[in-house]
Amino acid sequence: MPPKPPGVDTIERSWRSPLRGPWLTAVYGTALLVALPLVIITGLLDYVAYGPQFDQAFPTDVGWLRLPAFDWPTRPSWLFRVTQGLHVTLGIVLIPVVLGKLWSVLPKLFDWPPVRSLAQALERLTLLLLVGGILFQIATGLLNIQYSYVFGFDFYTAHYFGAWIFTGAFVAHVVIKFPRLVTALRSRPFGAQLRTSRAATRPEPPDPDGLVATEPGPATVSRRGAVGLVGGGALLLAVLTIGQSLDGPLRRTALLLPRGRQPGPGPNGFPVNRTVAAAGVRPEQTGAGWRLTLRGGGRTMTLDRSALLAMAQHTAALPISCVEGWSTRQAWTGVRLRDLAARAGVPDPASARVSSLERAGLFRTAVLASNQVLDPDALLALRVNGVDLSPDHGYPARVIVPALPGVHCTKWVAEIDFQGRTDG
Amino acid sequence: MAERAARLRARYGAAPWHLVVVTAALVLAGWVALRLAHEATAGRMLLWFLGAVIAHDLVLFPVYAAVDRGLRALARGRVTLLNHLRAPALGSALLFLVFSPGILRLGETTHLAATGQDQRPYLMRWLLLSAALFLLSAVTYLLRRRQASPKRSDSA
Repeated sequence: MPPKPPGVDTIERSWRSPLRGPWLTAVYGTALLVALPLVIITGLLDYVAYGPQFDQAFPTDVGWLRLPAFDWPTRPSWLFRVTQGLHVTLGIVLIPVVLGKLWSVLPKLFDWPPVRSLAQALERLTLLLLVGGILFQIATGLLNIQYSYVFGFDFYTAHYFGAWIFTGAFVAHVVIKFPRLVTALRSRPFGAQLRTSRAATRPEPPDPDGLVATEPGPATVSRRGAVGLVGGGALLLAVLTIGQSLDGPLRRTALLLPRGRQPGPGPNGFPVNRTVAAAGVRPEQTGAGWRLTLRGGGRTMTLDRSALLAMAQHTAALPISCVEGWSTRQAWTGVRLRDLAARAGVPDPASARVSSLERAGLFRTAVLASNQVLDPDALLALRVNGVDLSPDHGYPARVIVPALPGVHCTKWVAEIDFQGRTDG
Repeated sequence: MAERAARLRARYGAAPWHLVVVTAALVLAGWVALRLAHEATAGRMLLWFLGAVIAHDLVLFPVYAAVDRGLRALARGRVTLLNHLRAPALGSALLFLVFSPGILRLGETTHLAATGQDQRPYLMRWLLLSAALFLLSAVTYLLRRRQASPKRSDSA
């Protein structure tokens, strides 16, 4: 074996915490093993909810990583509220666990010699993907939900492909380390560990992975304390995040997130995604001269707002949920989309393309699948909570469909094009 | 057959299934990297991917380890005091780490366009939350001390 370069021994001796060891790493690892698959699955479901079969899930061109496409259901109406809420909230709550886990294995980074075999070299490479992957996903996700695009690349592309790199490395890590995790958890009973005081806390016996310090100092925190500190951090983040998904006064508990704040009082005082000013929709476009264009089966017709108000009105309490992790439930009133489809002469449409007055923007049009048009609660909403929609919420008319991602609930609707079953 | 497996094990350093598992993860990552290589911003993505590891392992960890050393020096062996400083400091730092985009007002225009609101309140809220964490920790510390030494609290 070649001689150690200067400094290696110093670094090795400087790991003093008596808590580091397979047991603590396995406890943090178990929490991640249980929760991360939920984050991964809900993230992928969010992608499917955007409708990859209509080329409106981003990134659109994903090659072999195309997910099985299916029509995103409209029931239960809170489906998307739950998938995106879990993805973002759990992703945030797990940050202290990830940091605790990384703290517990950090000595491994300075292992000497750095490479003992080809197997170890390849495994360390996958660990780079694992650690880089999770930190990259956390960083891009956190910046996205706080509207800070300092990274300068497309969020969707980076977060989608980053997820696959991470997931591959995560699966490999779990397969390789699972026996170690089981052995470590069995090495000391969980309950007894949590009852051990700081004074009675001793280092674990030396382990083959070298997690246990060679010269541990006295314990300043018990293992219960270490688990509690990470759990407390997770709880703190949970308390400050969950408000984004709640209505009523508890919403304000999301003190440090954009969606904990109400944009104003009154029936229209709920969070806005993209203001009318940002969308560039001008007042003269939405005034008395506004017309809704319906297309279907080669015919075109236009309706003004009073004609829409003269049609059968339906009210539904539906959540509007954003992939950025916030949601709110409101009472929407308007015309059923299936009534508009029938009016356009396409009572059983295969799909409908809804276009906004908005000229630019990724979501100025959205395609709804057949089930999303025909759901009895799928509306072209004209009013919310008993009053007209505010300009920021899409006046004169907006789409609201159960379990549909918020960005596809098109605002400032200008046109709906119903595709029949045979139109292709 | 067993002999061949043993030979592979000796040369490679682990069982054959280990090679299969790590190769699968590396091939997937390699395929993604090749796919993204023609993106104009591929370099930035790579920079952020590797930068995140460097930022955690070689910046964040040394910084928080050094701060902890400082707190230890400050507490001079009084472990309970040390932990009552550590816990709120960790909480405050965690909140800063997670919510820094709002606290530092990175992205004022996109935030305004998306929500119709500015990012001004977050800094003060973070400071107040941090103050509350330290205060809560200080109060529980004093209560614990009183419980631990009833004589002193009697004479006080």
